[in-house]
Amino acid sequence: MAVYSAEHYLNRKRLPHLWCAGCGSGIVLGSLTRAMAALGLDREKVVTVTGIGCWGKADDYLNTNAFHGTHGRALSFATGIKAANPELTVIALMGDGDGATIGGNHLIHSARRNIGVTAIVVNNMNYGMTGGQYSATTPHGCITSTSKYGNPEREMDLCALVAVAGANYVGRSTAYHVTQLDSLIKNAISHKGFSFVEVISPCPTHFGRRNKFGVSVGMMKCLKERGLNKAKFGMLAEEEKDKYILLGKLVDRDEPDFNEQYETIRTRVFGSEQGLKG
Amino acid sequence: MERKMVFMQGNEAVAEGAIYAGARFYAGYPITPSSEIAEICSQRLLEVGGIYMQMEDELASMAAITGASLAGKKSLTATSGPGFSLMQENLGMAQAAEVPCVVVDVQRSGPSTGLATKPAQADIMQARWGRHGDQAIIALAPATVQECFELTVKAFSLSERFRTPVVLMPDEIIGHLRESVLLPAPGELEVVERKRYTGDPKAYLPFKPEDDDIAPMADYGSRYVFHITSSMHGYEGYSQNDPDNAAWKIGHLSDKIYNSLDEIIETREFFTEEMELLVITSGSTVRAAHEAVRQARSGGMKAGLLQLITLWPFADSKISELAAGVKSILVPEMNLGQMVHEVRRIVGAEMPVHSLAKSSGQGIEPQEILTKIREVY
Repeated sequence: MAVYSAEHYLNRKRLPHLWCAGCGSGIVLGSLTRAMAALGLDREKVVTVTGIGCWGKADDYLNTNAFHGTHGRALSFATGIKAANPELTVIALMGDGDGATIGGNHLIHSARRNIGVTAIVVNNMNYGMTGGQYSATTPHGCITSTSKYGNPEREMDLCALVAVAGANYVGRSTAYHVTQLDSLIKNAISHKGFSFVEVISPCPTHFGRRNKFGVSVGMMKCLKERGLNKAKFGMLAEEEKDKYILLGKLVDRDEPDFNEQYETIRTRVFGSEQGLKG
Repeated sequence: MERKMVFMQGNEAVAEGAIYAGARFYAGYPITPSSEIAEICSQRLLEVGGIYMQMEDELASMAAITGASLAGKKSLTATSGPGFSLMQENLGMAQAAEVPCVVVDVQRSGPSTGLATKPAQADIMQARWGRHGDQAIIALAPATVQECFELTVKAFSLSERFRTPVVLMPDEIIGHLRESVLLPAPGELEVVERKRYTGDPKAYLPFKPEDDDIAPMADYGSRYVFHITSSMHGYEGYSQNDPDNAAWKIGHLSDKIYNSLDEIIETREFFTEEMELLVITSGSTVRAAHEAVRQARSGGMKAGLLQLITLWPFADSKISELAAGVKSILVPEMNLGQMVHEVRRIVGAEMPVHSLAKSSGQGIEPQEILTKIREVY
């Protein structure tokens, strides 16, 4: 295995990044590059796939191959890339808009199909790039630029959704719990099948300001206080759980992935030889 | 392997043509009247070492074939009107990022679910203008099952040659028609492969065109690391918003196609010598028009027929050339009139251009065209 530093994966030519002061995206980018370095990935064999949004700009700052696609479809592009060449490490970077809202259907089916893609969803609980409108993960009642008197809709638990849809690996952390995040991302990338990491991340510019979390420090404090591991979370009374965020590895399975299932069928029908009727 | 005469359905010929062209990846969502293409590809691609994926919708299907193409596999999807509408988003992505792939739209009646699933030729303008923003598309329309096979091969070749998605649009009548096909031997039909970069990895610019208007490609996983984006981009493939670059790039997406019309446009003429009335049509309507023109000739009327095999870019030069010698033009089509406006644009207001527009979910019959020929002759 080659030994690289995290900086090996950073595209310095494109820095400084465009994220606001206090945004969590840069922290997650740091975790991602450290995970790549820890795994010694060859950047030629990595494809980073993004959609549209703040976190969707992350591919610009990486030295890997990249596919910056349309809003919500990152997982579908990633699916085609991985299925066509299973030797590639394919990582989809999406926000809560891309991953949970407009692309929610693709998230469900990527998990169900157990395609060998790692999805890292940076959930800042609103559409940051377009001015802070509410998304599928904006908590009920919160103030956003399209819910000025409170969000009438309910938020979605992404990890629970992906777990029940069949992903092999699911974990959640925050932009505050960086050591844990490094480890979750590294494990997700090296895990076979569909792996999913949700990162709860501050958006001080829109979400924090409108919901009286203070600026970035206040939001970070909130993540620190509300993020609990399984043991602590489990001790909470049911009615308290809504106020806290369950962190850590939530699912760890070893089911065959899409390509493995496909090749199993091919081998069963044709033996190890292919191209017989080409 | 030699040539082989077989009895085959249009959709089946599309699937076999794709395999012949080297397609090894299919992602789609089933929809009548195109589903046979998915069914056959699901079996045949497994047999030949390729991959078939059934996606959750047409947005994902179009996205998956774009991704697979960049991973080095010739890729296709097949659909019909409702699915083709959903594919427009990522068809635009493939155009902007200059990704070769083939989209088969077996045309059915609309709007919306429409007359599921009666034939129509009403997606002609959607194929051309369905995406936002300026871009050019290549679209082909077969009129026989033989052409379903051959034009699928051609669609892949044009797609690889011009680094762009190509739409193959048989109408339902052709997609479901069964007739004899002479399957070519391997190597008999030209199969073009995309131009791939072979130089220094550090010097690779994925969007810098060479003298033939086309930038060489690389595959994900090769030693050439590259960046693709749906955003406006320069030679390096990163977002670039300055007006000069944008003007160049937007122009380039059309210029690379419109600078090579001779390579792209294919038409076929029937009875066009000493002609007074020209019939212009495409797809299944060509078959009815052929019979009508033949009968018109027997009855002493000097009618001729131009089949548009390439729908887009439109065959302006050929139409101008033939129009110069005739007194009037008739355009039969299974829609309320789409191609006819293009023909009028080309020949000008002086030339009478008659429309035989039928949008009832039925094919146009020879007798209808013959009656119209008699009326306007």
